[in-house]
Amino acid sequence: MSSTLIVITLISLFFLIVAGIYAIVKKDLLQAVIATGLISLVLSILFFILQAPDVALTEAAIGIALSTIIFVLAIRNTKRFED
Amino acid sequence: MIVIEYLAYFLITVGALFLFLGALGIFRMPDLYTRIQAGTKASTLGAMSLILGVGLLGFVTFTPGYPWLIKTLVIVIFVAIANPLSSHALARGAYKDKLIPFSKEHIDAYEEADNNKEKEQKEDAK
Amino acid sequence: MTYFFIIIISIIALAAILAFVRFVKGPTAADRVVALDTISFMAIALMVLLGFVLERFIYIDVSLIYAVLGFVGVITIARYLEGGI
Repeated sequence: MSSTLIVITLISLFFLIVAGIYAIVKKDLLQAVIATGLISLVLSILFFILQAPDVALTEAAIGIALSTIIFVLAIRNTKRFED
Repeated sequence: MIVIEYLAYFLITVGALFLFLGALGIFRMPDLYTRIQAGTKASTLGAMSLILGVGLLGFVTFTPGYPWLIKTLVIVIFVAIANPLSSHALARGAYKDKLIPFSKEHIDAYEEADNNKEKEQKEDAK
Repeated sequence: MTYFFIIIISIIALAAILAFVRFVKGPTAADRVVALDTISFMAIALMVLLGFVLERFIYIDVSLIYAVLGFVGVITIARYLEGGI
C-alpha cells in the first residue's frame, strides 16, 4: 500500500511543479489564477497523504474558494492581457 | 451483507471507469462545449457512484457503520448539485465571451430563444 | 488492503494525468477551468477511497469541504468571463 501512496505523491509533485512553472511564466493573469487553484488542490492532496487532514481542510477551504475570488476581483479592477 | 459488499465493489468499479471515460472525453474532444458535455456528465456519475460504493463498503466493514453511509450520502448530494451547476455557468460564460463552436453549421438556439423573448416582451409592452 | 484498491487508484491516477494534459494544452482559459474541475472531482473520489483504505473516518471531512466549496471558484471565473461580476 505504501508504494501506491508513493506513486500518488510523485504524480502530485509533478503536477505541482508543472502548474507552478505555468503560473509564473504565463502572461494571462486569469490562467495564472487557474493554475494557482490547481496548486492548492494538489497541495491539499499532499497534506492528506502526509496524514494532516486538518491542514488539508484549511488549505482546501482557503485555496479553492477564497483566494480565487480575491484574485479574480483584483483582476477585474486592473487589466487582463489575453494571449 | 455479502450482497451489499458485492454491490459496493460493483459501484466502485463503475465509478472508476466513468471517471476515466470523462477524462478521456476531456482529452479527446475538439471543442470547449463538447469537452464540458463529455467530461462533466461522466465525471459526475463516476464520482457519485464511487463515493456511494465506498460508503456501502464502510457500512458493511466497520462496526459503527452508519456514519460512513450518512456522510458519503451528504457528499453525493453535494456533488450532484455542484458539478452540473458549475459546468452550466461555465458554458454560459464561454458563450458570452464569444467562443466559437467547433461545428461549421450555424445553429444558435440560445440566440433564437433570446430574440423570441425580446419579441414577446415588446408585444407585451404594446 | 487488496489489489482491487490498487487497480482503482491506478485508474484514477491515469485519468488525472489525461485531464492534466488537457490543462497544459488547452488553448483558452475555459478549457483549463474544465480540466481543473474534473481533477477536483477526481481528488474528491480519491480522498474518500483513501479514507476507507487507511481506516480513518475523519479523512472524509476534507472531501466534504471540497464538495461543498469546490464550485465557488469555478462560478466566480465563469461570471468574470460573462462580464457580470
